[in-house]
Amino acid sequence: MFSSVVTKMIGFGLLETLYMTLVSTALAYVIGLPLGVALVVSDGSQNSFVRGINTVLGIVVNLLRSIPFLILLVTVIPVTRFIVGTSIGSTATIVPLVIASAPFVARLVESSLKEVDKGVIEAAQCMGASMTQIIYKVMLPEAKPSLIVGSAIAVTTILSYSALAGFVGGGGLGDIAVRYGYYRYQEDIMLITVALLVIIVQILQEIGMRLAKISDKRI
Amino acid sequence: MNQNRPIISIRGLEKIFYSKTGQVKALEDINLDIYEGEIFGIIGLSGAGKSTLVRCMNFLERPTKGTVFFDGKDLSKLSKKDLRIARQSIGMIFQHFNLLMQRNSIDNICFPLEIVGMDKNEAQKRAYELLELVGLSDKAKAYPAQLSGGQKQRVAIARALATKPKVLLCDEATSALDPATTHSILGLLKQINKEFGLTIVIITHEMSVIEEICQRIAIIDNSRIVEVGNVIDIFTNPKSEIAKSFASPGGDRPDRVIGNRCCQIIFDGNSSYEPILAKTVLECKAPVNILFADTRNIDGKAFGQMIIQLPEDENLSDRVVAYLRAQGLIVKEVESSV
Repeated sequence: MFSSVVTKMIGFGLLETLYMTLVSTALAYVIGLPLGVALVVSDGSQNSFVRGINTVLGIVVNLLRSIPFLILLVTVIPVTRFIVGTSIGSTATIVPLVIASAPFVARLVESSLKEVDKGVIEAAQCMGASMTQIIYKVMLPEAKPSLIVGSAIAVTTILSYSALAGFVGGGGLGDIAVRYGYYRYQEDIMLITVALLVIIVQILQEIGMRLAKISDKRI
Repeated sequence: MNQNRPIISIRGLEKIFYSKTGQVKALEDINLDIYEGEIFGIIGLSGAGKSTLVRCMNFLERPTKGTVFFDGKDLSKLSKKDLRIARQSIGMIFQHFNLLMQRNSIDNICFPLEIVGMDKNEAQKRAYELLELVGLSDKAKAYPAQLSGGQKQRVAIARALATKPKVLLCDEATSALDPATTHSILGLLKQINKEFGLTIVIITHEMSVIEEICQRIAIIDNSRIVEVGNVIDIFTNPKSEIAKSFASPGGDRPDRVIGNRCCQIIFDGNSSYEPILAKTVLECKAPVNILFADTRNIDGKAFGQMIIQLPEDENLSDRVVAYLRAQGLIVKEVESSV
């Protein structure tokens, strides 16, 4: 159906997309997970300084989340150039992807941790557990299934963001869809890329759900 | 069992909750001593402040005034770290068990030992011993979701005992359980109290729990302690309205008795299985009419009271009263009015 050049290009695009998505998700969690924990732990603290930190974190997270990704993509180009050295290509796209998704991940983590039964945390406090012990031994393990579901949502959202990066030369399947499908009216190529994106989302979502189910001991 | 040394002393404790809409006084002027080795009950209606009181005992809630001495230490003066160490000597169990849902029974019991930094193998060994103590050796690898309510509470008890605490606080620990399971959990607590001399503090709204297990109780109403004493004393001679309502939950005692001559018989543990009333009727050859009765069997002894209507004939009724007194019962003439 396609020439070997096109097939190769799509194959390479697929790899680029996976690369951008997975690396960005990992980095987004490196930033977002502690941020989410900080949001939960600082919430409703008796210390007014800690409460202040909570408010500031909340505002920063909301601010970053309210900027449309396409605009953020363009705005952070200087930052991207500073970090990666270029603003074009899949590695360069990772920078705006992480900036955009880390706050999103923080909110996902926050909501997962807030689901943990307050009574269980209280029980740990009764046993003399420190805050660090409560975070590592109670909150994170108890929220594990929910955190895994959250990460499936995060990875699929980041995947769709990465496709958007195609408009500014970001590489990957989105880039191919824009260049061939949008500018050159090669709808067949665009359809293939879209189909591939749909399949990847399905697979990632399914893996996430299964892992969550296996890890959940509440039946 | 040393009954003289208070393990928990509460002095002038007050707890006010502040919120945007105002403040709520949950506890006021609480003074209480709980002695080593006893099973102490705190009973009150919901909202009376009993849960707040027990949460103040390990400073899960910080009192706004007054303090708590645990084992001679003033908890309000401890640093955060020392308070955490003190808490390791105060076990606690809850109405909803509060087990870690993602850990199996044995790992739940190991949890407090991990917190104190015990060696893993040693912790496992201790956890298995405790699981055996609570009768769940076969459920070591079961997750809380696979256990019944009673089994979950048993795991919770084992977990609370892991660090060898001096006191076990039970916050409505049987309120989510059915009567049979409640009975077996209380039996376990009694056994632990006897075997290890562990002081147990029980918070409940159920008089039946108090009857079954407690030696001394405090009745809490409207943020204050209204009565403290031996279960038997409070049962037979309740002073406050709230204590009366707990002692005879069937409703008010009739304070206006209609009839000729009535008397109140108080059972306070002397005559248990003897059919006193039937014998009275047979011996005195006089019919009596029971107007009100509220008795219960505690440890094979009868407690409570009865109000009976005596026969019209003065001689007969005097004989009945004399006979009842001779049986060692307290008999009081009750005002009769029409």
